[in-house]
Amino acid sequence: MSATILIWSITVAQLFLLAAMACAVARMVLGPRAQDRVLGFDALYVCAMLLLLTFGIRTGTTIYFEAALVISLLGFVSTVALAKFLMRGEVIE
Amino acid sequence: MTHAADLPAWAALPTAFFLLLGSGLTLLGAIGLLRFGSFYERVHAPTLGTTWGAGGILIASMICFTVLQSRPALHEILIAAFVIVTTPVSLMLLARAALYRDRTENNGGVPAFEAESEGTDGEASPKSSDQKQTKGQ
Amino acid sequence: MSRLLPYPLLATSLLVMWILLNGLSAGHLVLGAIIGIAASWAMTALEPAKPRLRRWGLIPGLFVTVMADVLRSNIAVASIVLRGRRGQRTSGFVTIPLELRDPTGLAVLACIITSTPGTAWVEYRSGTGVLLLHVLDLADEQEWIDIIKGRYERPLMEIFE
Repeated sequence: MSATILIWSITVAQLFLLAAMACAVARMVLGPRAQDRVLGFDALYVCAMLLLLTFGIRTGTTIYFEAALVISLLGFVSTVALAKFLMRGEVIE
Repeated sequence: MTHAADLPAWAALPTAFFLLLGSGLTLLGAIGLLRFGSFYERVHAPTLGTTWGAGGILIASMICFTVLQSRPALHEILIAAFVIVTTPVSLMLLARAALYRDRTENNGGVPAFEAESEGTDGEASPKSSDQKQTKGQ
Repeated sequence: MSRLLPYPLLATSLLVMWILLNGLSAGHLVLGAIIGIAASWAMTALEPAKPRLRRWGLIPGLFVTVMADVLRSNIAVASIVLRGRRGQRTSGFVTIPLELRDPTGLAVLACIITSTPGTAWVEYRSGTGVLLLHVLDLADEQEWIDIIKGRYERPLMEIFE
């Protein structure tokens, strides 16, 4: 009984997160300006990280956790670099 | 998927609850990202997913792994701390970049610093080459 | 003591992170301690401004307040999203004159404001100390000024100044 509840809730959560990723991708595609696209990318990597965590809960392995950590690190650095680029047009000053 | 049966009911129910809470909040944030009208309104949307959205899923993960391995799994605190520290930084930088660009292009609706004017809509006149323009300086 | 460990907080948090990632054992304890000490020596080369915490006791209370506010504004923003375009809602910019001048305190205030859904820190002029804030649901400008100054700025000033 509890196993069915857990499996179903994980599936629903994964579908929610997939829909959230789709919204973020739509915002990236629609724009209308570059800062909206970067914002969409920011939301996208957070959703991808959370999706990996739900996969980790589903399979019971901690490998996904490491991947989520790497995604959040790389996503943060790239968002900051893109924001700096939008501000001045050059990443390295 | 086999391990899910090992989880006792008292742990499975909170796990399911926090999973649904977190993913639901993340989804609402993403819908807001899609629906809001201007950039400065959209900046508010992803914080929904990164505060209690991420928090809910991380709590669920902590409960699940703590019960399964019968020792506290505190890895998730790392991700939580990291997300809490990094999201405001990236959103702040983005908002400042957007403000800078709107000011240099003289788009309406953005306050010059001391002005008290309230503008909601910083929508740009469609300028297609806004990235190349800055790059070519 | 202060020459061996110039930044004790940084060293301990690095050690805790190392233990969390690798599991608790004697070898990892030593390795994490070495990394923490080496990193805090490297930090001295950067010479960051050292934050001075005056009152530690206020930090847990502020943390609880912020968590409760974040939860409340999560619900508020979620209901705004669900209502969609039908609901009457005005968003706009608010300017707030801040008295807080400590850089660390300002950084913490920026993190609090931005990570709360519904408010976003847009710009701060360090010359005049005026903060430009964007609020999603702007019903009353003065109310937001009171919230920011009373709930967050005053405890932060007590902690850092």
